[in-house]
Amino acid sequence: MKRCVPAVLALSIIGLGLLLTGMVENRYFYFATYVILQYIVLATAWNILGGYTGYVNFGTPAFFALGAYMATFLMLACHAPLPVLVLAGGLISGLLGLGLGYLTLRLKGVFFSIATLALTVVLQTVMINWEFVGGAKGLSIIRPATVLFFSSYVKFLFAVMLCLAVASVTIAWWIEHSWIGRGLAAIRDNEEAAECMAVPTLKLKILATTVSGALMGMAGAPFPLHVTLIEPTSAFNLDYAVNSLAMPMIGGTTTWLGPLVGAILLGTAQQTATVTISSALNLLIVGVVLVAFVILAPEGLVGLVRRLVQRERA
Amino acid sequence: MADMLLAVQHVTKRFGGFQALTDVSLQVHQGERFGLIGPNGSGKTTLINCISGALRTDGGKILFQGTDITTLPAHQRTRLGIARSFQIPKPFTSMTVLENLCIPLIYAAPAQAHGADVSAEAMQILQHIGLEAKADTRATRLSLIELRKLELARAMAARPQLLISDETMAGLSNSEVDEILTILTALNERGISIIMIEHIMRAVMRFSQRIVVLDAGQTIAEGTPDEIVRNHTVEKAYLGE
Amino acid sequence: MFSFELLLNAVTAGLLLGGFYAAVSLGISVTFGLLEVANIAHPVFIIAGAYGAYALNTALALDPILAGLLLTPIFYGLGVVIYRIYYVSFEQRGEQSLRGLVFFFGLMFIVEVSLLLVYGVDYRMIETSYIGSSVLIGPIGISLRLFVPFVVGLILTLAVYLFLAKTFYGKAIMGVSQDSLALRLMGADPVQIKTIAFGLGIGTASLAGALLLVIAPVEPSIGREYIGRVFAITVLGGMGSIGGTLVAALILGVAESLTATFSGPSWALAVSFGLLLLALAVRPAGLFGR
Repeated sequence: MKRCVPAVLALSIIGLGLLLTGMVENRYFYFATYVILQYIVLATAWNILGGYTGYVNFGTPAFFALGAYMATFLMLACHAPLPVLVLAGGLISGLLGLGLGYLTLRLKGVFFSIATLALTVVLQTVMINWEFVGGAKGLSIIRPATVLFFSSYVKFLFAVMLCLAVASVTIAWWIEHSWIGRGLAAIRDNEEAAECMAVPTLKLKILATTVSGALMGMAGAPFPLHVTLIEPTSAFNLDYAVNSLAMPMIGGTTTWLGPLVGAILLGTAQQTATVTISSALNLLIVGVVLVAFVILAPEGLVGLVRRLVQRERA
Repeated sequence: MADMLLAVQHVTKRFGGFQALTDVSLQVHQGERFGLIGPNGSGKTTLINCISGALRTDGGKILFQGTDITTLPAHQRTRLGIARSFQIPKPFTSMTVLENLCIPLIYAAPAQAHGADVSAEAMQILQHIGLEAKADTRATRLSLIELRKLELARAMAARPQLLISDETMAGLSNSEVDEILTILTALNERGISIIMIEHIMRAVMRFSQRIVVLDAGQTIAEGTPDEIVRNHTVEKAYLGE
Repeated sequence: MFSFELLLNAVTAGLLLGGFYAAVSLGISVTFGLLEVANIAHPVFIIAGAYGAYALNTALALDPILAGLLLTPIFYGLGVVIYRIYYVSFEQRGEQSLRGLVFFFGLMFIVEVSLLLVYGVDYRMIETSYIGSSVLIGPIGISLRLFVPFVVGLILTLAVYLFLAKTFYGKAIMGVSQDSLALRLMGADPVQIKTIAFGLGIGTASLAGALLLVIAPVEPSIGREYIGRVFAITVLGGMGSIGGTLVAALILGVAESLTATFSGPSWALAVSFGLLLLALAVRPAGLFGR
């Protein structure tokens, strides 16, 4: 019976979201919530490798943009529908995670992180040179005029991202409470000891990298349709790198709740702030908050709340 | 002749220009209490790391129950039945004592344990070792002797046939040393072979059936405790000329 | 379209570039190669150094390389402060390297965005007597904007090498990663030594940044191109070996130059990443510390 609760919850949230699309007509509402839901996916995905396993991925833009470009390619080549694009984005970015993991995860974690830093620049170079998907100038993307079940494509995008957000949080929840999650935590706490305690560390790390990358790719696939444009600078935006890191760090890295809290808080703050301050200043503030949290409150908001609750009890 | 459990054959290990182990060979038999001693820096922990798989050897072979494990990664060797404790304790810091034990219980066993509730078995092990009161304590809150016991308990949770105790008694009081000795002896009586690495001579001499002495990466003596005590080469290694 | 003359020029340009790359990588060689602190923010400090030189050049008409030298004590001080914060927050607490990495990432971000806020996205460049002129030796053209940084880069590399090999503090830095106990017995405080080393690492950034400004116009985000380069060079060069860093830098410079000449400039970055992956694949024993 306990097992059914998350499934019921997940489906209810999706159901609620779908109901919402019937009631709300404000375009900005869908735009803003799409961005926040997208960050929920990215932050949760990042945390599976970063918070659960202890391996820092600085290359979120690479995985995200690869999903976006894969979707673009399929749209141009065979007019594939969005669900197919999402799966394809997940597949290709998952493979990227697998490959990168296989190459670098036998070494100390810091080398994996360095490789992810360089990855974004390289992938961006490749896309800039690929004329079919727009190259450096980019391409404008036209949304389909009609879509089944929804009165506008924007609502459809919202629904898809909502499903992805729910799916990613559910996956993170499941991993955290499973034997896989325990193994990942052991790797994070002390990889050498984990290996000697029969945890297949390399396999689990590669698994985490693959799942994390796949989710990021799935979040990226609808992006060209969301902004009706595919273009390297926006697809590979450093925003994604910083936010997918800052949101779990601020929310809390050890559970599925942290990235969710961080994404909602930071995402909403940024959405409201970009109206009043420049995006550069906005990013600066995120950077400062990130550094402050990592020094002063490394367990994030969830961790702080937990400690407060424990003190109350004692 | 008891069955051979572990055979280390002509193992060498280099770190850059430094030769840590040279042509080291030894055998541990089923059910044996085996002692490994030697002055500081003689290569004892390096040898243990090679046996457990934390390090790759540069030459030689290691056989466990007849299987060549020389190139196997550490986690597979643990599944085959080799478990070790760490000289400097390496607990899983975000977990409680009980959860620490669940890791090897889940992973060292065959697949069906993945879903099973291993807490009961973990509690049993904690009771054997005297840590049951600390089951729900975070591993970061333990005292030294408790950490050492946790290391042993975790190694036991891997259901080993060979347990390597790496300087578990270092820095402990006399009564604490006796506590550890009692635990290890009880384990051995249940059929687990034990390799003990220690500097505390009275413990090693009392506990071991056979001892190998390492010095500067080479085996310099092998025999019963009595033979080792009377061995002049050993005396020289420890005390100098 | 292949010609021997083109090849020769590409190789020469690559070597010159390599000398500059060595200067850029020195800081990482010390902080990451010797101290094992993954300061991924180092390239952004180089960009900051470039902007510092630009500012002094614009305001006081100072030669950029002179400006870089003048700023070195400030950058050294900055390095000291940053390491202190890093040490107290992470190393002392025995934290996982995860948090330290995130700290430097946040720092990198803060510096880059700050530069963006102050200077905007436009490229900034300077003019000196030697930028823009070149010398011909047979079929090979040597442009001074590459040659001067090459020479200064070599001098800087030599200076750091001599410091590490010959001075007390330098030798202590070499030793601190291997044996801090022995260091303590010699009367040196490992933390102080590491602080000096980190200060040295960041200190090289101002001069390296000035060299960067001589070679090409700068804008805040180009630091990202250098991350792959400097780590590839440090890893290939042997993690802390200054001589190795120089050789690896020259190799990378030539490889990039050849790629840019024969496959197009935008692929040059992919070269450093490929070399990084190659370095990680080929030298795992040295890297994992086994």
